[in-house]
Amino acid sequence: MATLHTRASARLMMAPSVIVLFAWMIVPLAMTLYFSFQRYNLLSPDEHGWTGLLNYTYFLTDPAFGDALTNTLLLVGGVLAITVVGGLCLALMLDQPFWGRGIVRLLVIAPFFVMPTVSALVWKNMLMNPVYGVFAWIARTLGVEPIDWLADVPLLSIILIVAWQWLPFATLILLTALQSLDTEQQEAAEMDGAGVVGRFIHLVLPHLARPITVVILIETIFLLGVFAEILVTTGGGPGTATTNIVYLVYSQALLQFDVGGASAGGIVAVVLANIVAVFLIRLIGKNLDR
Amino acid sequence: MGSIHLAKVTKSFGELTVIPSLDLVVEDGEFVVFVGPSGCGKSTLLRLIAGLEDVSSGQILIDGADVTRNAPAQRGLAMVFQSYALYPHMSVYKNIAFPLRMAGIDRTVIDAKVRGAAKALNLTDYLDRRPGQLSGGQRQRVAIGRAIVREPEAFLFDEPLSNLDAALRVAMRLEISELHHQLKTTMIYVTHDQVEAMTMADKIVVLNRGRIEQVGSPLDLYRKPRNRFVAGFIGSPKMNLIDGAEAARHGAAAIGVRPEHLALSLDGGVWKGTVRVSEHLGSDTFLHVDVEGVGVLTVRAGGEFPVHYGDHVWLTPAPDKLHRFNEHGEAL
Repeated sequence: MATLHTRASARLMMAPSVIVLFAWMIVPLAMTLYFSFQRYNLLSPDEHGWTGLLNYTYFLTDPAFGDALTNTLLLVGGVLAITVVGGLCLALMLDQPFWGRGIVRLLVIAPFFVMPTVSALVWKNMLMNPVYGVFAWIARTLGVEPIDWLADVPLLSIILIVAWQWLPFATLILLTALQSLDTEQQEAAEMDGAGVVGRFIHLVLPHLARPITVVILIETIFLLGVFAEILVTTGGGPGTATTNIVYLVYSQALLQFDVGGASAGGIVAVVLANIVAVFLIRLIGKNLDR
Repeated sequence: MGSIHLAKVTKSFGELTVIPSLDLVVEDGEFVVFVGPSGCGKSTLLRLIAGLEDVSSGQILIDGADVTRNAPAQRGLAMVFQSYALYPHMSVYKNIAFPLRMAGIDRTVIDAKVRGAAKALNLTDYLDRRPGQLSGGQRQRVAIGRAIVREPEAFLFDEPLSNLDAALRVAMRLEISELHHQLKTTMIYVTHDQVEAMTMADKIVVLNRGRIEQVGSPLDLYRKPRNRFVAGFIGSPKMNLIDGAEAARHGAAAIGVRPEHLALSLDGGVWKGTVRVSEHLGSDTFLHVDVEGVGVLTVRAGGEFPVHYGDHVWLTPAPDKLHRFNEHGEAL
């Protein structure tokens, strides 16, 4: 790739895929942008036309919007906290030699392969159901009043379900990172008088700074768009207790048939995602430069 | 202060015995080199002394105290690793200060010690850099700095120069020897390079398959190798070992003669041979001479010796420098 000639031909070769990817991104975005300025409701399709910023005003002043924003941030933050801390603990454990490690590793990775709708339904009906769920059974066995998870602590329940799905991802990334830690460095630290805790703080954590950044960035991208788990468990309720931005857009478009309003919501979601991305890159992205 | 005593130490990994029972005394202030081919157990032995591996049986005494069950940090030893094992996210300063910080020493004391070590090792200008920004030789010096600030009973070196290029290796060899004369601390040094062993050691321990073949000063081993293995391992180029009729004439199963103990002549001598490859270095000339009934012998001639491929020369071994071995490979 050294000469001007090879660089030009490289660009030419890459052009088709770049163009397709760009079109794939820009066409839906442009259409959403266009609809967001239109009055366009499927219940009254004949009334349409330019409305200016009215869709945005309605979406942003909707009392559900504030709740949805809070819920989105709580959901992302909660799941990140659980998966990073839990993933770190699991990775440290799975890095130790013990009998049956291969099978345990497989079991830990397994939730990642379960579809979101399926795992949410399993959690809702088999684990969290207040009458015949496993948690309720445990509570009754211990003589405690069972919790009606999805009605009493709906957002926490969603966070738990989503965290369960993403824990394997964090564990996997952090485990592979742990395995790449130089053993001679560990031994040097051992000779230097660092105990288990000292080695963890001064050697393991700095070594994991980068993979942890990767986990946070990738998970944030996906967690901003959590939808299936909410749809099949709480349906955004009770009230707006588990409605996040994505679910709010869905309810605008497919429950109220307001295409214009939903498009405006979609654009707001895109802007919010970008704000979060900028913050994240500012805060932790510098870890990736090394 | 830093004498190390190994008593009947053994090490096995499962079924595999790496070190059968081994006894060794390292006196205080000695520079001891463990040398041997790869897989001879020399690194394992060093790791046993360091405490990074547990002995299968036997005792390790440091200054007379049994440390066999002590953790590495409690043995008062410092180790320099082959990969240097610097902490990549810490500056040079923090790397050197790390063992002191772990020991909970006062900050001002740490600062003085780190700066002192950095000055001694010419690292003062690099204290704020990360290991990744240093050259191989500088990293090596940081690793040594991290070891000396602890003021250990003994230093352990695990093939520390094997990742350096030839010129730097010679320079670092001198620096480590210089350091030993300054600190007068016990040093144990593992290498597979017999030149490093010969140049640095007070005492060389030649290891083969986990067993000690011979212990002695470099020149002892050079003059009186106890067996064929030591004879072949110590000295560069290797000693010529001759079997068969020629050996029988000297009443031995094999005889050995070093390349520098063969006199060269164009007129006459004991063995007549044909010159194969000749290596002209200016200071020395190494000839590979094919002698009928004896084999190819390496010969060292001081200075320049103008012969070429296919020329005929005469070789005469120095009679008092001839090594004789019996059928078990032991010196007679």
